[in-house]
Amino acid sequence: MTEQIQTKLTQVFHAVFDDDTIVLRSDLTASEVDGWDSLAHVRLLLTVERKFGIKFNAIEAGKLKNVGELAELIESKLSAPARK
Amino acid sequence: MSALYSELSWLPRPAEDFNSQCRAASQDSDTVGARVRTLASYGLDENQLIRLAKVIASARAEGKPLEPLAPYRLAVITNSTVDFIVPCLTATAARYGFALECVAAGYDQGVQESLNPDSPINRCKPDAVLIALDWRGVPLKLSPGKTDAAQASVNAVLGHIQLIRQGIQQNSGATCIVQNLAAPPELLLGSLDRALPGAQRNLIDMVNLGLAEATVNTGDVLLDIAGLAETVGLANWFSPSEWNMAKLPFSQAYLPLYAEHVCRSIAALRGKSRRCLVLDLDNTLWGGVIGDDGLKGIQIAQGDAAGEAYLTLQRYCLALRERGVVLAVSSKNEDETARLPFREHPEMLLREEHFAVFQANWSDKATNIKSIADELALGLESLVFVDDNPFERELVRQALPQVAVPEMPPDPALYARTLAAAGYFELAAFSNEDLSRAAYYDGNARRAALQKQVGDLNEYLASLNMEIIFQPFNETGRARIAQLINKSNQFNLTTHRYSEAEVAEMESDAKCFTLQVRLTDSFGDNGMISVIICRPTPERNWEIDTWLMSCRVLGRGVEKMALREILEHASERGIRKLIGSYRPTDRNKLVEQHYSKLGFTEVERRADGTTMWELDVAEAKVEPCPMKVRSEGFTNRTSVALHGQ
Repeated sequence: MTEQIQTKLTQVFHAVFDDDTIVLRSDLTASEVDGWDSLAHVRLLLTVERKFGIKFNAIEAGKLKNVGELAELIESKLSAPARK
Repeated sequence: MSALYSELSWLPRPAEDFNSQCRAASQDSDTVGARVRTLASYGLDENQLIRLAKVIASARAEGKPLEPLAPYRLAVITNSTVDFIVPCLTATAARYGFALECVAAGYDQGVQESLNPDSPINRCKPDAVLIALDWRGVPLKLSPGKTDAAQASVNAVLGHIQLIRQGIQQNSGATCIVQNLAAPPELLLGSLDRALPGAQRNLIDMVNLGLAEATVNTGDVLLDIAGLAETVGLANWFSPSEWNMAKLPFSQAYLPLYAEHVCRSIAALRGKSRRCLVLDLDNTLWGGVIGDDGLKGIQIAQGDAAGEAYLTLQRYCLALRERGVVLAVSSKNEDETARLPFREHPEMLLREEHFAVFQANWSDKATNIKSIADELALGLESLVFVDDNPFERELVRQALPQVAVPEMPPDPALYARTLAAAGYFELAAFSNEDLSRAAYYDGNARRAALQKQVGDLNEYLASLNMEIIFQPFNETGRARIAQLINKSNQFNLTTHRYSEAEVAEMESDAKCFTLQVRLTDSFGDNGMISVIICRPTPERNWEIDTWLMSCRVLGRGVEKMALREILEHASERGIRKLIGSYRPTDRNKLVEQHYSKLGFTEVERRADGTTMWELDVAEAKVEPCPMKVRSEGFTNRTSVALHGQ
């Protein structure tokens, strides 16, 4: 997880789960974060999309296991050539 | 995606520490309702709305009073996921003064629950029921080219919604807020989709027409989601992936906008629509400053892009007036000067007779707006105030929080759109009274007597983090200095004009004391706002040859701070007295008492009206105003001086 992604992603987590104490680790999973249920997950992804200016598809969104995989997916989207 | 709509750009932005403000509100027990209302007045995104809804929910759970928010119960019938819609509605309703309680019907259970008197949505005795079905939640059957089947499908959809309304009417008597249908962008027939019976667009058009007819003048109201979705773009509104992921009916980026529109309808049903539009003049209704640029200098004409932008706003205001919105003016100007364009400019659409009250003076705008409300016998919560100047907007917001003050975009071409998007004047129904209101207040453009000052001006000024920067004339500032010297008419004591070459000469003239003044504040850099030139006399006095200032920064203490700066330099150089003069023109009455206000003594009054003033440098005492001072580039100084508060 690059520092830049970690910083922005941390802001997203704090806003979505309303908890400024969340510290992101690559192996952090939903079960460890209060309120991270399936609906909050959708809200998390939509907020990430807007924050980073990217779009996920449902297949990608369904496969994510932990924060590390989310960060990798963001990174791959950001490095891919821009496409609308 | 236009930020105007998705980000509710007419609302001020929330503070960086919005989440901590929410926590603080939660810990408050007596004024949590008022705090929530303030926090709701910002342009919040969906996460922030959900955060704020938690504050309301926890206050309610702990039995804390939510006044001044008024209780309102809303039942919601939908065919999609409401988990995010409900908290967004709850938080947004606080913007309109409601403590909203939402009760959602079961997923896709609208008909059953409305017809069952014991269902949660009927038992809770709602004030209103939001029927929020989209095209996927009604029996809409495509039958391209089959007229009979098309009509049957339209009837089925209308009947479905009618059944829900009847159930509610019988079982709870609540008002229904009925959404119409936005049309998805996936068409079968392209342009023909609009024209061919049974094609999707055609069907949805027919349904929407039927819904409009079925709700008008019934006490129930239509919520035009079709219009809203078209405004932001149907391809933006509908997000297939969000529907697939969680049955979200539209892109969640529009949750704040959607909730705002629902709550507007609720507010309109409760008669909370605003009734009066108070307008600033310079750079709001025309481009430029009438007092400085004159009748020929202001921009308000066809064929000129900037002029047409201001005409667009004038046209919109005029249409609002015809629709029943009362117009008023609040402008920092001489009264006669401010009325000039309305009387004499051929391109102006707005005329004096369109305004009920016309306040042009130099007092603060909060006091003027309070006077307008009193004069019209309207509550402050009926007023909207439009001004291009962020300083005035924030002043009015702080002193009179009940007045709606939209943020305005930098481009005047978007003024009318922004004002329309804010929806201040939305009505639940249109009455004859609305048509005749403008005539009732008909426009003698009268001046209201000023009441006592409202709000704490000093406290506001102190909150602006103002910094004033003094420099002698230099090459960097030269062009702007010359421009101000040749353009400023109102706050200009002597109206001496100098060319750029003459300004350049003063830079190197060691005897001449010059000041160029800039001001920054929390809204940004106001740029160069004042120019002063002092010339020594043989008696070791300084004659103030030029003192001018931009009216934009009037009332902030800039003059006092400038005088303090002059005095400091004068005393360092052993100057005995400052000699000021006021030379009247037809534009500068504003500064007739300038020197008197600063503690100068009048020593002479000439036949042409010129007055001469003196101030003893050693004895002068000027109180500082709340701003930081930076003084730089003066050759007789060794270091940068910091003083003031």
